[in-house]
Amino acid sequence: MKFPILLDVQSAFKTFARNKARSFLTTLGIIIGVASVIATVSIGQGASASVQDAINAMGSNLLIILPGSSNLGGVQTGFGELPTLTLQDAEAIRKLPAVKTDAANIRMNEQVIWRGNNWGASVLGTSSTFPVIRKWPVTKGEFFDKQQVDTAANVAVIGTTVATQLFGLMNPVGHIVLIHNVPFKIIGELKSIGFNAFGQDQDDLVTVPITTMMEKIAGISWVNIIMVSAKSKKDTEIAQNQITALLRQKHHIPPHKPNDFYIRNLTQIAQTASSSAQIFTILLAAVAAVSLLVGGIGIMNIMLVSVTERTKEIGIRMAVGAKKNDILKQFLIESSVLSLFGGVLGIGLGIGISDLISVISPLHTILTIEPILISIVFSVAVGVFFGFYPAYKASNLNPVEALRYE
Amino acid sequence: MNENINETVIRLEHIGMIYKTGAINYEALKDINLTIRKGEFFSIMGASGSGKSTLMNILGCLDKPTFGKYFLEDEDVSTLSKDRLAEIRNKKIGFVFQGFNLIQRLSVIENVELPLFYAGLTHKEANIEAKKALRLVDIPENKENNFPNQISGGEQQRVAIARAIVHNASIIMADEPTGNLDSVRSNELMSFFKKINAERNATIILVTHEPDVAAFAKKHITVKDGHIVDN
Repeated sequence: MKFPILLDVQSAFKTFARNKARSFLTTLGIIIGVASVIATVSIGQGASASVQDAINAMGSNLLIILPGSSNLGGVQTGFGELPTLTLQDAEAIRKLPAVKTDAANIRMNEQVIWRGNNWGASVLGTSSTFPVIRKWPVTKGEFFDKQQVDTAANVAVIGTTVATQLFGLMNPVGHIVLIHNVPFKIIGELKSIGFNAFGQDQDDLVTVPITTMMEKIAGISWVNIIMVSAKSKKDTEIAQNQITALLRQKHHIPPHKPNDFYIRNLTQIAQTASSSAQIFTILLAAVAAVSLLVGGIGIMNIMLVSVTERTKEIGIRMAVGAKKNDILKQFLIESSVLSLFGGVLGIGLGIGISDLISVISPLHTILTIEPILISIVFSVAVGVFFGFYPAYKASNLNPVEALRYE
Repeated sequence: MNENINETVIRLEHIGMIYKTGAINYEALKDINLTIRKGEFFSIMGASGSGKSTLMNILGCLDKPTFGKYFLEDEDVSTLSKDRLAEIRNKKIGFVFQGFNLIQRLSVIENVELPLFYAGLTHKEANIEAKKALRLVDIPENKENNFPNQISGGEQQRVAIARAIVHNASIIMADEPTGNLDSVRSNELMSFFKKINAERNATIILVTHEPDVAAFAKKHITVKDGHIVDN
């Protein structure tokens, strides 16, 4: 097998140039197949990234600690019903090695009043670390600091929805509002982050120091929730174990008793969500791969036609010295070039479709290099696989009969 | 002509060929014995269906005989594999067919280069040799890149000769080479064969049913009903 590959490739291009319409129609199956793989994978990856973003937006490496449920006379309440978590717990957790920071929260719905306006908002008593844990910066004014938390100061930082409802276009910073009949000075406004993955308006929020919340609004000595940010993604599990051990010790829970608190690991939820998005992507790609298969059959069909049409040429090549492998290689290269050509056009079309989808629909698409590379490899593989039978048939022709063919 | 004139190039011993078409066996060649020496200009005559083309295919290593032995330059080629036969055709035999048999989608020069590529020459080497062969059969440089359908029948047949001689084959087999040409072109073509025979000491085996064409050869056989009837 000495015939130069480059000449086979050149010859393949010549063949296509002579039968432009036929070659294009033959590759159409591959074009559509590759384009749909690229487009669907980009939709799948976009969906996966959206889920990831939504979860990341809730905070980085976040663990949420809730009080346990109570069991009174066989009635089991949900999590968060027991007064088992305290500010002291939160402070102790903060000192754990795998923990970066934490925020103890109490959330209640209250009317917020400013002059003649009032608005029902979610009021969150939280720590000064809230903007860090929730990755949620302040755009106007500032967030309350540790000292204001320690002294249970009457200060509030509001979300944009609350700001708009009460103050319209005015800057709310510096004004006094009433919450639960207690005056609060607005010292800052949070950046607008819109709706969360569950459709809740996250900007419909007023934050006040946790201590102020406990003493002046809720009148309780325990907290609803402690949010913990681990040092890194890796550390979330370690932090979870450390917190469990610490709280069990602090709450004096004997070894045979269950926890009186519950820890939710958002990283785990994120992993579950993104793996389900991945399955979705694979499923879409598998459906699209079927059309690649159909495209391959189209190539096989036209290569068989081509072998028949060029029987005489094959005979001539054999007469002047082509061996079986030379003919086999020639036709395999031809079918591979044909499907690779389809693959490249398909990639172009796929990228176009993916861009179009992200422009005209709310779906977010992400294109990575992997599906493109895989498509190229796959389309050549389709060419080789489906081109093999016609090429084998050509290479086994009898030279005398091939030369006699008209 | 040459000191090697007595060297045997081709020796057929009791060659027989049977074609099977369904249940019927057709005996195309019967007990053929033949010796051809180096540098001979040899003609095989016979009517259509006489078996001369079958004989030509066996001599050209395109087909294997059902019986007998075929020695080509002392090598028994009657039992060789298809690939080995392809190699022998590539190195030792040049073909000129009745219908020219040029590949229509390849240019004139690409057609001539083809055997050289299968022999493993580089594109550059093949190009040099192909140009030489084309000059030898009077195909001008400006027609090298034409396609076969852009040149005349006579020119196409000369290109076919160039392809047959480009790799210095020791044997040229021509199957009815003048079949598609008028008498002027036929004579011109035969002169080329004479020239190659004389200058390169190539053995030329000519299959024809035209006595005028056969007259160019120095030795003749006639095949009839699968037998050699006149040697």
